[in-house]
Amino acid sequence: MKHTIKELEDIASQIRRDIVRMVHGCQSGHPGGSLGCADFFTALYFEVLNHKKEFSMDGIGEDLFFLSNGHISPVWYSTLAHAGYFDKSELATFRKLDSRLQGHPTTHEHLPGIRVASGSLGQGMSVAIGAALTKRLNGDKSYVFTLHGDGELQEGQNWEAAMFAPFHELDTLICSVDYNGQQIDGPTKKVLSLDSLQAKFEAFGWHVINTDGNDMQAIVEGLHYAKTLTGKGKPILNLMSTQMGAGVDYMMGSHKWHGTAPNDEQLAAALAQLPETLGDY
Amino acid sequence: MKKYTYTEKKDTRSGFGAGLHEAGKKNENVVALCADLVGSLKMDAFIKDFPERFTQVGIAEANMIGIAAGMTIGGKIPFTGTFANFSTGRVYDQIRQSVAYSNKNVKICASHAGLTLGEDGATHQILEDIGLMKMLPGMVVINPCDYNQTKAATLAIAEYEGPVYLRFGRPVIPVFTDPDQKFEIGKAWMVNEGKDVTIIATGHMVWKAIEAGEKLAELGIDAEIINIHTIKPLDDEAILKSVKKTGCVVTCEEHNKFGGLGESVARLLTTELPTPQEFVATNDTFGESGTPDQLMAKYGLDAVNIVEAVQKVIGRKK
Repeated sequence: MKHTIKELEDIASQIRRDIVRMVHGCQSGHPGGSLGCADFFTALYFEVLNHKKEFSMDGIGEDLFFLSNGHISPVWYSTLAHAGYFDKSELATFRKLDSRLQGHPTTHEHLPGIRVASGSLGQGMSVAIGAALTKRLNGDKSYVFTLHGDGELQEGQNWEAAMFAPFHELDTLICSVDYNGQQIDGPTKKVLSLDSLQAKFEAFGWHVINTDGNDMQAIVEGLHYAKTLTGKGKPILNLMSTQMGAGVDYMMGSHKWHGTAPNDEQLAAALAQLPETLGDY
Repeated sequence: MKKYTYTEKKDTRSGFGAGLHEAGKKNENVVALCADLVGSLKMDAFIKDFPERFTQVGIAEANMIGIAAGMTIGGKIPFTGTFANFSTGRVYDQIRQSVAYSNKNVKICASHAGLTLGEDGATHQILEDIGLMKMLPGMVVINPCDYNQTKAATLAIAEYEGPVYLRFGRPVIPVFTDPDQKFEIGKAWMVNEGKDVTIIATGHMVWKAIEAGEKLAELGIDAEIINIHTIKPLDDEAILKSVKKTGCVVTCEEHNKFGGLGESVARLLTTELPTPQEFVATNDTFGESGTPDQLMAKYGLDAVNIVEAVQKVIGRKK
């Protein structure tokens, strides 16, 4: 362990503060999914991912991460800043004119840490597969990680990719699903049921694991365990239970905070629940 | 009229296959992907010599475009291959977000473009792909005119850094360009110098323009013929220089007149040098089943249609 669980939880608390402040600052964006995935991002970037300090697009000899559900950009931006990719003061520019922190992540403004645009859903798994194929051709044994929304799995391209990866034995690929059961129009069960994602992915030939995405110990252990499953001919799918809005009581468990910004009063209520641990931007 | 002859007819897709194979020999970073149309795309030679650098994606074009975008991360130069319809309209958003907006070095190589795909009919005959691709910021759009030019274009795009759409076709057509030509992206080719009209043609329509030029010469009309193989970026300078001399223009393409080469030329001329223009192109229509020759005749894409358009546009000169 590079950090104690308490240290990681402190980082996650700061990332959650950043998320609500960023979304409040521009009165737009997606706090719910961002908060729900703060523990995953913290575990990934501060404990699991083997990444270099200097960003290079090609990422030779280091692990790569692709965010497919690009709308949860606030959590990624805050994580990247605290991981040292750029100064945290830039978080104040989120979604504002001339910012590198676009509403959805992009390479277009050359923000370090981002290797492909995402936002239009369902494309990230294919891109990650391509990056893993190139690593294989280059003899580079590093891992490729992804994150997908659960609602996002309604997009058909995911299933083209899900069929491809096991057939080509892409066993350096570790995909996680933000399994919060919510999407814009309501619970996934009511909008278009995903039924058993475990059974679906297993039928496609993936090794599926289940983790608690809002328990730091569990998610760190889960991602480390996922790494031990690589190299055995199967891609890994981490079905990660989360709560949309995790860490802010009034946002938790409801799709209503998928894409809504808090007002001043709500911001204060949220920040009161989230200790400032690393200093606000 | 300069005399053009040919000793053989070949398909432009075979020029792509030969170019891909040669590009693969020159640069080990060149990789190829295909969505279950290896034979149609003439990828066999590449696959035989570089099996580990070829990825069969299956009938999953969206996934193929995404994988190609991802493969650039780490230095590969992916060439995707499928029919033009499935290379563009079917995967527009994947190209837009994962390739164009992300500025990935992907070469989208599209065969069976236009009516000359023939008997399969309108579901496969895309006439809108140039428009779709040229609207994407940063996308280079190339539509070569014969086997040799397609081969040269394929080699050239392997050396160019950035997203490219390369459009070619199914039927065998005359091979009339230099086999050793150097292909310059964005640089027009002067097919024939003339003074009465500028004929601007791309793809399969270039040979038709040459046939039309010969007929026009018999009618006493001295046509300048320019091959625009790169629709984007457009060679503004070559077009303006020619049109200043001739005072009128006919554009020829196997594509809808909405969104194609003709509109790009019209946009240029409207702002720089307003000039009478006629369009030889399909007219806001889908195609249908038939032989390539029958279809080109029915939809007004023959030499005779170019001659008529020239006569009309010359009549509109002030």
